[in-house]
Amino acid sequence: MNFMASKQPENSLLGPEADSQRTLYPYVTGTSVVALKYKDGILMAADMGGSYGSTLRYKSVERIKPIGKHSLLGASGEISDFQEILRYLDELILYDNMWDDGNSLGPKEVHNYLTRVMYNRRNKFNPLWNSLVLGGVKNGQKYLGTVSMIGVNFEDNHVATGFGNHLARPILRQEWHENLSYEDGVRLLEKCMRVLLYRDRSAINKLQIAKITEEGTTISQPYSLKTYWEFSAFANPAQGAVGTW
Amino acid sequence: MFRNQYDTDVTTWSPAGRLFQVEYAMEAVKQGSAAIGLRSKTHIVLGCVNKANSELSSHQKKIFKVDDHIGVAIAGLTADGRVLSRYMRNECINYSFTYESPLPVGRLVVQLADKAQVCTQRSWKRPYGVGLLVAGLDESGAHLYYNCPSGNYFEYQAFAIGSRSQAAKTYLERRFESFTDASRDDLVKDALMAIRETLQGETLKSSVCTIAVVGVGEPFHILDQATVQQMIDAFEIVGEQEGPAAAGQEASAEPEPEQGGAAAGEGVAPMDI
Repeated sequence: MNFMASKQPENSLLGPEADSQRTLYPYVTGTSVVALKYKDGILMAADMGGSYGSTLRYKSVERIKPIGKHSLLGASGEISDFQEILRYLDELILYDNMWDDGNSLGPKEVHNYLTRVMYNRRNKFNPLWNSLVLGGVKNGQKYLGTVSMIGVNFEDNHVATGFGNHLARPILRQEWHENLSYEDGVRLLEKCMRVLLYRDRSAINKLQIAKITEEGTTISQPYSLKTYWEFSAFANPAQGAVGTW
Repeated sequence: MFRNQYDTDVTTWSPAGRLFQVEYAMEAVKQGSAAIGLRSKTHIVLGCVNKANSELSSHQKKIFKVDDHIGVAIAGLTADGRVLSRYMRNECINYSFTYESPLPVGRLVVQLADKAQVCTQRSWKRPYGVGLLVAGLDESGAHLYYNCPSGNYFEYQAFAIGSRSQAAKTYLERRFESFTDASRDDLVKDALMAIRETLQGETLKSSVCTIAVVGVGEPFHILDQATVQQMIDAFEIVGEQEGPAAAGQEASAEPEPEQGGAAAGEGVAPMDI
């Protein structure tokens, strides 16, 4: 009998029992999110796939959500952790609204709050397994930032998560410029999403594009991109790279 | 106020529905040396009278910077004021760290008021004996609030607290309509004039007062003695001419000869009265 045993509350993360509760690997995951600043605000795109390992198990997962009046949050990685983050933010926005004064949390504030959350979880070796994209407009100021599961955060004119980092950002670096029109912005995002669709195994051809401006948020209905599979390179893939399969 | 059988502790109501201990705490504010605040659309100026206990000691610090966009002037128990300033600084810095954004003044003031209210409802505590004039910039503009030991807070265009603050309030009431669109320098001048009212005849020198400013593009800072003295000198001369015209109230006739005397001491010709 252990007379000196310290009493832990059931939900504490200290002690041996708690190790089985820490996040070790993700289960149901979303793939890339791509976003850019355009003339009137932010455009963000993400497909609606939730993969269970290599199986494309869920095909109607909304990975972009509005936060408060001024922000949009897109997430890749573990879907259940994304849902947890949405609960945290829901509470945050609720308390912000309850003050009922002229002030409200803007995208910059939400981004920094998320950075604190992600970094603190990482420090406890219990990360929220997500890469987040936070975009918004407040008082005419456009804001676009990203936070990773280890708390790395930065702002930029265009951001992407996951495979998007490797496939979408080079395109954006070439073709993004200030004051893109809405149509050009969508076209650019679709170009990135198309490349991801061809090359990312966890991407599905069902996506949503979200827009946020000073007036508010719109998240499009799900739609598909036109694809072309008759490229000669696809027909004879090993031609330029002997030994590949 | 007289002693009565309902004033021993803060958790006792009087039959008239008063909490005497809270009112006594507000008395402590009235006994402290004066502090005034006034605001325009873009700037807020805080000023206070600094009375040193003796010539040998230094002045009490009554104006505190809470953050780049918030400052506070206190009247009453300065120790209590210091503790509350530390609380305010803490809240501001925590908010800044989490949200990378300045804490809205309106929210800080409510938190402060709630903190003061707690002390009016616990038998083992006493109310804070200090009144705070909180000046700060928000998304929604420039604000000046007064926080009371009772846990109440009010927003003001201009206000004065502490001893002889009534004289300053009278001055401010006369002039407040011009504050909204006043320039920063005119606001400081009005603050100095208001402080002069509370001195009731004593010479206004930068060594007896402290002025602090916060505004759009101007983080909260206390003006240094030399600058304040310059501003006093700048309007003191004008003040002499305005003397008979301005303040038809009690303080007018008295300060005039004194100002003449003080001015003479600074190398200006004595007035021919």
